[in-house]
Amino acid sequence: MTNHWADIKNANVIIVMGGNPAEAHPCGFKWVTEAKAHNKARLIVVDPRFTRTAAVADQFVQIRPGTDIAFLGGVMNYLLSNDAIQHDYVKAYTNASFIVRADFTFDDGLFSGYDEAGRKYDKASWTYELGPDGFAKVDPTLQDPRCVYQLLKKHYSRYTPEMVSSITGAKQEEFLQVCKTIASTAPADRTMTSLYALGWTQHSVGSQNIRSMAMIQLLLGNMGMAGGGVNALRGHSNIQGLTDLGVLSDLLPGYLTIPKETDKDLDAYLAPRTLKPLRPGQMSYWQNYPKFFVSLQKAWWGEAATKENQFAYEYLPKLDKLYDLLAVFDLMHQGKVNGYICQGFNPLASAPNKAKVIDGLSKLKFLVVIDPLVTETSTFWRNAGEFNPVEPSKIETEVFRLPSTCFAEEDGSLTNSSRWLQWHFKGAEPPGEAKTDLEIVGELFGRIRRLYAKEGGTFPDPIVKLTWPYAIASAPSAEEVAREYNGWALADLPDPKDKTKILVKRGDQLTTFGQLTDDGSTAAGCWIYTGSYTDKNNMARRETADPSGLGLAPAWAWAWPLNRRVLYNAASCDPTGKPWDPRRTLVKWNGEKWVGADVPDFKVDQPPESGMAPFIMNPEGVGRLFGADKMAEGPFPEHYEPFESPLARNPMHEKPVASTNPAARIYAEDKAALGTAEHFPYAATTYRLTEHFHFWTKHARIPAVLQPEQFVEIGEALAKEKGIRDGERIKVRSNRGEIVAKAVVTKRIRPLTVAGKTVHTVGIPIHWGFEGLTKPGYLANTLTPFVGDANVQTPEFKAFLVNVEKLGVA
Amino acid sequence: MNLSRRQFLKLTTSGIGATSLGALGFAPDRVLADVRNFKLASTTQTRNTCPYCSVGCGILMYGLGDRSKNARLRLVHIEGDPDHPVNRGTLCPKGASLLDFVNSPHRLKFPEYRAPGSSEWQRVTWEWALDRIARLMKDDRDKNFIAKNAAGVPVNRWTSVGMLAASASSNESGYLTHKVFRAMGMTALDNQARV
Ligand code: SF4
Repeated sequence: MTNHWADIKNANVIIVMGGNPAEAHPCGFKWVTEAKAHNKARLIVVDPRFTRTAAVADQFVQIRPGTDIAFLGGVMNYLLSNDAIQHDYVKAYTNASFIVRADFTFDDGLFSGYDEAGRKYDKASWTYELGPDGFAKVDPTLQDPRCVYQLLKKHYSRYTPEMVSSITGAKQEEFLQVCKTIASTAPADRTMTSLYALGWTQHSVGSQNIRSMAMIQLLLGNMGMAGGGVNALRGHSNIQGLTDLGVLSDLLPGYLTIPKETDKDLDAYLAPRTLKPLRPGQMSYWQNYPKFFVSLQKAWWGEAATKENQFAYEYLPKLDKLYDLLAVFDLMHQGKVNGYICQGFNPLASAPNKAKVIDGLSKLKFLVVIDPLVTETSTFWRNAGEFNPVEPSKIETEVFRLPSTCFAEEDGSLTNSSRWLQWHFKGAEPPGEAKTDLEIVGELFGRIRRLYAKEGGTFPDPIVKLTWPYAIASAPSAEEVAREYNGWALADLPDPKDKTKILVKRGDQLTTFGQLTDDGSTAAGCWIYTGSYTDKNNMARRETADPSGLGLAPAWAWAWPLNRRVLYNAASCDPTGKPWDPRRTLVKWNGEKWVGADVPDFKVDQPPESGMAPFIMNPEGVGRLFGADKMAEGPFPEHYEPFESPLARNPMHEKPVASTNPAARIYAEDKAALGTAEHFPYAATTYRLTEHFHFWTKHARIPAVLQPEQFVEIGEALAKEKGIRDGERIKVRSNRGEIVAKAVVTKRIRPLTVAGKTVHTVGIPIHWGFEGLTKPGYLANTLTPFVGDANVQTPEFKAFLVNVEKLGVA
Repeated sequence: MNLSRRQFLKLTTSGIGATSLGALGFAPDRVLADVRNFKLASTTQTRNTCPYCSVGCGILMYGLGDRSKNARLRLVHIEGDPDHPVNRGTLCPKGASLLDFVNSPHRLKFPEYRAPGSSEWQRVTWEWALDRIARLMKDDRDKNFIAKNAAGVPVNRWTSVGMLAASASSNESGYLTHKVFRAMGMTALDNQARV
């Protein structure tokens, strides 16, 4: 989240799209109720299903799965053509005035630079005109036809209410009513907050769904404001933490990136990442990239990372291509992966196309599963009848299953979606011989390291020289590891203002990432977490006080970065440093420095008149309405159909290649496994229930009793058409597989008229499998397509095609 | 004024009511939590957070056993932490039934091994399992590690063994996992954030 859970209470309008917090995040949703009860907030829900969030909404609009960008593009068109934007904010804090290069074009669904064979763009033209001073050219009057504001207006003028209605299936009047409510937050003293979750990410255009809302929030001046922001509700309890720590195939901790093989040495790696300001006087905080990176290398390789050896740059792997989950399961399917470790992760249930995943796992030499519970992945070789029809004797994979502790049996921190790192304490002994993940990783690493020390082997250096400053080598403690990602001084650090003084003594914990250096005198394993564990464990703080009344709870736990509760909060002030809305004062300029209830997201002694803008991470200093070269499929979000669409072509484009996301990767076999509307006429989406958490709570008795049996949700109209009665068993097929489940016939899903055609939507909850205390069921990913978002490869679980067949009463 | 639970209880039982304390401007820590403490007086209370969703609700866990050496801590009750600024004591159906996760009959208790072609598990020791996994990993890395690409540029990557890390495990576990497996040159390292 840019903001945080309790901040929702400050909003005037709450839009929930791509999420269902009343059911999936119930205790966070109370802040929506709070906003409605005490702030007269209006709640808008736009979703393919009438969810329980929708049930308490002031307005609900049903749309076809996978058409969010069409809807949001229409909202932008409305805001721009009705001049319902916050002008001063847009001028000062966005790139609306920036001049875009003359050769940047958009034509029939494709931006300039498309390479159809490679399914990717040459993004050279997706940038600003630079002046002779090297800075981007701007037109503060916003009149230049090549300025972002004018290009934006032109791009979204195509998203007329007629077009929105035709693509999404929403009625024009409903859509316009939503636009009006959203537009009501353009004044400086009104805000809208946006809440989304996997209903936006699990699409081939997932990242652009989110960007569309970020653009709307910039146009309305809602970024950085209390009660504003773009708020990812997220999924697992520590999904935020694992993302922050960069445990992803292309990341390093703190949103640093893994080198590519074209980054031949440290300088070549750092240069394109050390972003210089694109406008005069801007902070461009990524200028400090080398400090974050060198401190990470020092944390990992200590004295073996020296200036002479480029701080052990060689020790890191260099990427030739992406190794994301989809790519890896495809490699597994090709027999190119030998071993796989699943730590608290059940990919057989959560990766798309179960048949392909089974095939991949069966080709492994060994699989290691570390989990507190039985998972389907660990028993993928077990014949569970119709639910897992495999032949164990034909599966040659060696499988190890290692019991790990659960939350109650260990110490540590989890980062919630508010970016709060909250420490928890062990309160029970683990069952049997279960060990903590720290111990399992520690023990395994110790063994591998000893083998390398004894036998030698391929490139042992990064393994044998890895820092291991833990009192018990086989079982690092949570505190020791937390101190390491926070970081410490490796030498006395002088005060930059007075070099005769020592700011941090050698060996002391750092208190801010401002203290990090690129000369090897600091170590910090995750720079954005610096400050979490100083001379004390700030993550364990429990002060409930909220002096501002804005719900910040500034001394409860610790929020990254630097305990800041609202990101971009300097944008909550006008260009003179005065809050846009005094009732929402997070920070302000007091004439000498930035002060306030929140930690200012700005250089603390930088006067606002200096012209430094509040989006300090961007080289432009401002928020991006034009995304430049940051996204795979274009600087402006564009509506592309899901890879499986009930429409034969995208109503917005003639070119077939621009029907679906032209920059999304799809492997030939998976393309061949896509179904067409002719055979699979119904739009489908997966979803979660409030009683279950993924494939996990089916092992806990009460949730298993509450939702004991697999079902599929269909609307009354479709049920009638097919002669299906409520509670009857039905077969749901996609081009990749089929499942059998009880039909739950509801009023919650209506048929929509899309491009002149009637489209039914089928809802598929995901929680059952062939392990658990519930009745056995089919893994829902038996149905889902193996294609992902063009930027981050998140699978398209929220829009695909199925057919539904009547089976007869069970 | 900072009051611990015990001090607060003493104060309140000695005649000063919680409301009058509040009126005096004293805001004792964990007032609400303390009221609940009576029924669980003989248990040990531990603060934790719900491991399911990203709301991160605060919970209080009550266990039998007083943390002395031979007493085995066993949880008997879990409830919402009334002081928590987000959930304020509430829990959803998942969080409210956390005890059933801790005590699930499907908790794994011992390392197990399934041999190629077999249709059953056999119980093994940690020593045996970890030794064998370490051996399999090292042998594969030694054999398949890519030190240089076709152009002779050092790339030091290991692509033939991959890992999915747990996004419901702690930051400390995530950090250590990343450090260890990246140091081996592993590229196929992801977590649930990808799906
Ligand atoms: S109790 Fe419910 S809402 Fe709270 S963290 Fe757990 S799953 Fe999420």
